[in-house]
Amino acid sequence: MEMETTISLLDIRPLVPELTMICVGLIVILLDLIVRKKEVVAIVGIAGTLVALYGTYKLYGFYEPQSAFSGMFVLDGYSNFFKLIFYLNIILTICISFKYMAIEKASFGEYYALLMFATTGMMIMASAADLIVLYLGLELMALSTYILAGITRKRQRSNEAALKYFFLGAFSSAFLLYGISLTYGLTGTTNLREIASALQTLDLNGSPIMYLGLIFMIVAFGFKIALAPFHMWAPDVYEGAPTSITAFMSVGPKAAGFAVLGRVLFGAFAGMQVQWASILIPMAVLTMAVGSIIALAQTNIKRMLAYSSIAHAGYMLLGVITGTTGGLMSTVNYLAIYLFMNIGAFAIVIMLRREGFQGENIEDYMGLSKSHPLASALMLIFMFSLAGIPPTAGFIGKFYVFMEVIKAGYVYLAIIAVAFSAISAFFYLRVVMYIYMKDPKEEVVLTRSPSMSIALAVTAMMVLILGIFPSFLLNLVRYSILG
Amino acid sequence: MLKYTLIPLLPFLSFLINILFGRNFIKDRAHWIAVPAVVGSFLLAVSAFLDVAGGRDINVNIYSWIVSGSFNVSVGFLIDRLSAIMLIVVTSISTLIFIYSIGYMHGDGGYYRFFAYLSLFVFSMLILVMANNFLLMYFGWEAVGLCSYFLIGYWFHKKSAADAGKKAFIVNRFGDFGFGLGVILIFLTFGSMDYMQVFGEAGGIAGQTINLLGYDVNLITLICLLLFCGAVGKSAQVPLHVWLPDAMEGPTPVSALIHAATMVTAGVFMVARCNPLFNLSEVAMNTVAIVGGVTAIFAATIALVQTDIKRVIAYSTVSQLGYMFLALGVGAYSAAIFHLYTHAYFKALLFLGSGSVIHALHDEQNMQKMGGLKKYMPVTYWVFILATLSITGIPFFSGFFSKDEILWRAYLAGDLGKFLWFLGTLAALLTAFYSWRLIYLTFHGKFRGTHEQEEHLHESPPVITVPLMLLAVGAVAAGWVGIPPIFAEHGDKIGEFLAPVLGYPEGEGTHAQEYFVMGASIFVAVAGWIIAYTMYLKKTELPQKLGAAFQPVYKLLFNKYYIDELYSKTIVQPTLKASDKIILGFDTYIIEGIVNGIPNLIGAFSRKLRKIQTGLLSDYGLIMAIGALSIIGVWIFLR
Amino acid sequence: MVPLSWYIILSAVVFSIGVIGFLTRRNLIMTFMSIELMLNSVNISFVAFSHYLQSMRGQIIVFFVIAVAAAETAIGLAIIIAYYKNNPTIKVDEINLLKG
Repeated sequence: MEMETTISLLDIRPLVPELTMICVGLIVILLDLIVRKKEVVAIVGIAGTLVALYGTYKLYGFYEPQSAFSGMFVLDGYSNFFKLIFYLNIILTICISFKYMAIEKASFGEYYALLMFATTGMMIMASAADLIVLYLGLELMALSTYILAGITRKRQRSNEAALKYFFLGAFSSAFLLYGISLTYGLTGTTNLREIASALQTLDLNGSPIMYLGLIFMIVAFGFKIALAPFHMWAPDVYEGAPTSITAFMSVGPKAAGFAVLGRVLFGAFAGMQVQWASILIPMAVLTMAVGSIIALAQTNIKRMLAYSSIAHAGYMLLGVITGTTGGLMSTVNYLAIYLFMNIGAFAIVIMLRREGFQGENIEDYMGLSKSHPLASALMLIFMFSLAGIPPTAGFIGKFYVFMEVIKAGYVYLAIIAVAFSAISAFFYLRVVMYIYMKDPKEEVVLTRSPSMSIALAVTAMMVLILGIFPSFLLNLVRYSILG
Repeated sequence: MLKYTLIPLLPFLSFLINILFGRNFIKDRAHWIAVPAVVGSFLLAVSAFLDVAGGRDINVNIYSWIVSGSFNVSVGFLIDRLSAIMLIVVTSISTLIFIYSIGYMHGDGGYYRFFAYLSLFVFSMLILVMANNFLLMYFGWEAVGLCSYFLIGYWFHKKSAADAGKKAFIVNRFGDFGFGLGVILIFLTFGSMDYMQVFGEAGGIAGQTINLLGYDVNLITLICLLLFCGAVGKSAQVPLHVWLPDAMEGPTPVSALIHAATMVTAGVFMVARCNPLFNLSEVAMNTVAIVGGVTAIFAATIALVQTDIKRVIAYSTVSQLGYMFLALGVGAYSAAIFHLYTHAYFKALLFLGSGSVIHALHDEQNMQKMGGLKKYMPVTYWVFILATLSITGIPFFSGFFSKDEILWRAYLAGDLGKFLWFLGTLAALLTAFYSWRLIYLTFHGKFRGTHEQEEHLHESPPVITVPLMLLAVGAVAAGWVGIPPIFAEHGDKIGEFLAPVLGYPEGEGTHAQEYFVMGASIFVAVAGWIIAYTMYLKKTELPQKLGAAFQPVYKLLFNKYYIDELYSKTIVQPTLKASDKIILGFDTYIIEGIVNGIPNLIGAFSRKLRKIQTGLLSDYGLIMAIGALSIIGVWIFLR
Repeated sequence: MVPLSWYIILSAVVFSIGVIGFLTRRNLIMTFMSIELMLNSVNISFVAFSHYLQSMRGQIIVFFVIAVAAAETAIGLAIIIAYYKNNPTIKVDEINLLKG
């Protein structure tokens, strides 16, 4: 096999956004030593992200396909759209963590740097066209998020979250590697495109070992996405981690997981659609069931949102299962919508946290509308959106996924999904009921900050705008995926 | 396209700004947002009207919300001659009423809220009128209803207002349910909700029947009757008229705008819009005509003896709406729209005038405690006179032309038509009587209120009287666009203008017949005036004597045929009781049910299931491993 | 010459031992070592495949895996120490504050 031996400097150009993120992350750590005000550090982080965003947008054009490092790393509309999600994710996360991390007494520069490293990992995952790159990106993301989950190191719950996340994460990456090794052994390559052609030429579509390798990879991706039965870590980690990190984790790694799942399944294993769909269908049903049903019994809002995010992963998976480009588009569309509504909901949760008050119980929301009408209205919007009630964006996300599922002929899946979606409405609306129809037990003081207001305004506006004018996002997704 | 989009958008922006920033920033400057917005929409509406009059119908889809296969939810506007006229009516009346409200609502605690809701109403009404598909119209239909409930119950701390809002809500449920079913049936039948497509294909399914509980029902008739259900509710026709008089609990500008000039005429507009459907069903047309005729006379009789000034006008509105449906039912769509248009001006004027009176008397609405206001409130008095001349159908005032057109068209429409003409003419007599009775009781004779009220009597400020005077111009002159052809060749401009959309009614009569119909209506108008003059100005003891002599009749009328009581016993109270239970139960059962009950149900399962989540690392790993193994196992098993 | 299948079977056996160790060991450090065992089993199979296919790719991956495993060890131990400071135990059974 011919290997390119010289790597010219020009080859690095597609990596500029990732390198920017890494460099700014390092600068943030150094800056943290000099600058006393943590806000400055955070703003540098946001600025760096914006530079990277500009790079992604400007470098080759958003939809232009490019590849580097002998085709191991690609830039195309698909990866760029996911990068957009990651950029928004980190910016919104930084916005909601300013005050919060100060209250948690964990406002270190490393916090922001690790967010950037984790985001870089996700970006590499989205661009990976080779299983090695994919693995490295995944590990960069995972190792950073393990630390982030435990960054409030004085809290035992946070420690425990990090511990569980780490052990189970490492466990799952061993599965990923084993899957990669089997795939490599059978096809002789790790490049996704070459795998696809090897499957055809070597006629491996029915091979049991190939199948085993695919299952092991799906286990690992399912872990990142929190698909049942590989979701077990999610409720504990989401509850224990600092809330801003919970928000970050519930969107970023999930989106990155879907990015690689889509890339691997549609890019390399498209020929095995029947096989992987038959694995994913029971997983999707189980995921929706576990998420929607167990969430009902929760009393901690972070834990409830964790189960909610598991259920949402189930809905999103439906789009992938169809095996059609339309289905993949509906999943990506759902992810983008999910970003806004989920971070918005977590932002409200964060606002309840103040010195000496956790504000994580659903009962803490009793009668919130009496004292804080605006925050209550926002929470109402986010809960409606998560429940999928029109005219919010959540409805649009679900609607298109379900439509694609029906189009692909899986009518029974759509019916099951609608049923679980109806069950899930109960726990979202329960929060709304507590806010609007119960009398307050004790006065709730909200922790406000300008950056928080910006994040809330952006998320709420997007939830409403994307709900009323969905075509903008749909078109963006369509161009990104179809080119 | 932007121009047409802005017509509804401006009021919506006004709503958003007022509702978001009203409480903290705008406060009592809310009108500085709302009035320019509505004036802007008025100017754009005029421009749209000129475009349409220039022969260019506008039918554009602004954007599609959801497109998926044949299911298409889009926002699109159809501005043809019918909606152009409606746009002018809605925006011009709104403009005047917004200005009036500056004076009328001055100092009210929820000033910004009032303008916000009112703007939202105008937005919804414009959407209803401009929609180019049934779904969007349904959206507007429900939205105007919602605004109406908000505004009826605007003074929500007043129990009667809150009750009236609730009543309007419940009564309208009945109609809207039918309307909703109608829209769904249209989609199922035509596979589309777009007007043009539905109307274009309507002829093709004429005569088709569907089996309903063992009976074969004509599909078009069923659709039309279901749609008409909605109209009966929204336009307060018998038997769903009961909510409108109670709706007078809302602030007077609301009564004038929503419950006289615009929203309540939505039913008329809707039937006229759906004329290609209604034309195909004689049963539906006759139903519309009969309901209209009966309502016209029925409401007029109640208005004879009411003492609350706003209620008299409210019943008068119900009665006039009856005329419009009568016209629709005999196929004289343009006559109905013509009357809708003239009625909007004179009825808004009557309401605003009564508002001016109520304002001057510090919220006194009982006419028995008024009287002699003429010398204190000359402007109000004179505009009232003009409006009354118009509504009673005195020649050359606008009401005369439109009402005469309706009666003439009814007269030409066969036997049923003749009967309805008779009802209409009789109702015109009653209209003349109660309208002049209102004038005489309110403005003539001696003041019967308290001394304190008398001292504070004053004419309203210009911000109130100027809109009144402008409306008076409309009340007098609006009808001049529809002069019958026997007076002037091509005098019926509005009829000809609307003909491309609504068709020109068939049926020709002789000049003699037409003069007869006209003479009859002029005769009853004058007769009613004279009777009222005699009873309330000359022989003021007469009403009491009559009332005593015909005690049962008087009581029957005064109590509005006991319809409210009837409904109260049979429907409302059980419903209210149920809804009280529901609302009470809502808290204790439903909410608790949702908060606790559902978790109890599925939750029992849920609580069991969550035990799987033991919190132990090794168990989690085990479940993952079992998961992976079972996927492999299932695959081996299935292979 | 040892055939490829022997290596692959060895790798599978070591991987399984790692999995079972992860599931049954009650000591965090032992659990940790089980994960390392799983990673090394993967390395065996990569090297075996690499030799069999006569492609360098497999061995390059092994280097990456070793590097990542080192980073993972550092972070994992740090997390265990941070946990131990708050709650001095390394028994897996006692770490269940978060559950349900």
